Amino acid sequence: MHGRRTVRRKREMSRAADIERPASSSGGLSRALADWVADWGRVVIDSLVDVGRFTMFIVETLAWLLTRMPKPETIWPAFYQVGVLSLPVVALTGTFIGMVLAVHSYGQFEAMHLETRLGAVINKSLVSELGPVLAATMLAGRVGSAMAAELGTMRVTEQIDALACMGANPIYYLVVPRLLACLLLIPVLTIMADFMGVFGGHTFSVYVFRIDFHHYWSNSADYVMNFDIFSGLFKSLLFGATIALVACYQGFYCGAGAEGVGRAATASFVYSFVIILILDLVMNVQLEAIYKTLWPDQARLL
Amino acid sequence: MNRADDPNPENDTPASDSAAGASLRNATDALIELRGVTIRFGKQTVLRNLDLAIPAGQTLAVIGESGCGKSVLMKTVIGLIRPTEGQVFFDGVDLATLDEKSLARVRIRFGYVFQNAALFDSMTVGQNIAFPLRQHADLSPAQIDDVVAARLAEVGLPRSVLAKKPAELSGGMRKRVGLARALVLNPEVVLYDEPTTGLDPIMSDVINELMLRTRHRYTVTGIVVTHDMTTARKVPDRVVMLYPIARLDEDEPQMIYDGRPDRLESVRDRRVRQFVAGEAGQRLSEMQQEGRD
Repeated sequence: MHGRRTVRRKREMSRAADIERPASSSGGLSRALADWVADWGRVVIDSLVDVGRFTMFIVETLAWLLTRMPKPETIWPAFYQVGVLSLPVVALTGTFIGMVLAVHSYGQFEAMHLETRLGAVINKSLVSELGPVLAATMLAGRVGSAMAAELGTMRVTEQIDALACMGANPIYYLVVPRLLACLLLIPVLTIMADFMGVFGGHTFSVYVFRIDFHHYWSNSADYVMNFDIFSGLFKSLLFGATIALVACYQGFYCGAGAEGVGRAATASFVYSFVIILILDLVMNVQLEAIYKTLWPDQARLL
Repeated sequence: MNRADDPNPENDTPASDSAAGASLRNATDALIELRGVTIRFGKQTVLRNLDLAIPAGQTLAVIGESGCGKSVLMKTVIGLIRPTEGQVFFDGVDLATLDEKSLARVRIRFGYVFQNAALFDSMTVGQNIAFPLRQHADLSPAQIDDVVAARLAEVGLPRSVLAKKPAELSGGMRKRVGLARALVLNPEVVLYDEPTTGLDPIMSDVINELMLRTRHRYTVTGIVVTHDMTTARKVPDRVVMLYPIARLDEDEPQMIYDGRPDRLESVRDRRVRQFVAGEAGQRLSEMQQEGRD
């Protein structure tokens, strides 16, 4: 009875609203404009809320990270997932990128009779740029999506609520170990990607293109600076933190059901990748400025 | 809608008639108390101006249609959801005034049996039950093992399940493991979220028996959210029924029954009678109409 009455009343209100609507085209246009403004306003407000929530999530995670070390039983599985299981794919990617760089660069350098400089180009590109970015991209796909899906599943099956009900802080228990694993192990994986890339580039250049071993490495030593290696590793720290925080956030606040978990996994990769690219650009600009300040006389051109 | 305007004299509000409910609303010794609690998610109101007092030792069943806010009520009681308006008190303390650490200390005094058990997939049954002990109890591994085995025996599960993962268990076994985990820290309050949903009638009654035994053995306060009228009649001392906000008028109370379980059969409110009898009545045509609107 109550339900039928409510439904009837709502229907009558809806009809009344229909009657009150102005029929003129100018009224329709202004209403469409108002709807458009309202829609964009909603998008802006939702985005601001999301940014605010993400900021609070980061602050809370860092607060836990700096005040209390996670327990070993939560750290080791995260380290195993991020570090050990990612090694093969990162090594493989690094190796092939090194070889592909050699193939692409060789033709152009040979035309200028600069093929002995190939080592400098390949190794510099790898340690300062491609190693960190590709390792981070692989990890955003492999580890980040898995983290988002795992935490998302825990959210929709109420396992995160269960943790909170048992007096365990879900951020301390679930997010901090994953952040720590990404922060500490992505630089290590970047070193692995760098090493395998250098190895792949060397193998293709020296054994396939028959570039002189000595000149290949002496040019590399002349042009690849310690600063390049440092800047690559420094960037990888930021990429690691980005992957962990974005993935855990997406999992933590994922929508309902299988669709929500799938979206969280996808969004985790897409947002991580976009942020990695933006961070890469910003950090390159900043690091280049720092380099020029510290070593103003050193040319960095090949 | 005012009762005076109601053309149907059968639409009484038993909440106001119930002696049990009236006396409990005035209780000052309530262990859990909700005062004027309203919960909104965006534009959707799930709970509206709800007052509820639950004294220590009482087992309360919350019944009502799907979507009426029963599970939200449970999560509000334990502080997982903060009320949009109103206050939630536990043992005289307003949960809104507590920081995260204090709230965690309060939550340890609760045991929560989730609808789908919410066991941690990555852990074995033994690790799941031991989890609260490892977090909060100062016990040796051997002592933890003893407590876990004892709790497992209480819910009628063999030791052989200790090494299994939750995915290897049946629904009934998972619920019992969830109950064992909820009880492992000897909580003062146990919250059961649809404990018998999805189980066969015999296993449902096993869970009902376990809830009764838990209550008698540990004299805990309990809140049971259920659709199962067998549970609602057998387990609690008191039943409240919530009604979906979307189907209420603005001035109507959301709690449409508050009283003893044995009086459910004699309630005059058509909505309560319909739910207790499990009859669709006009609901299908109403829902079809709502869908068209």
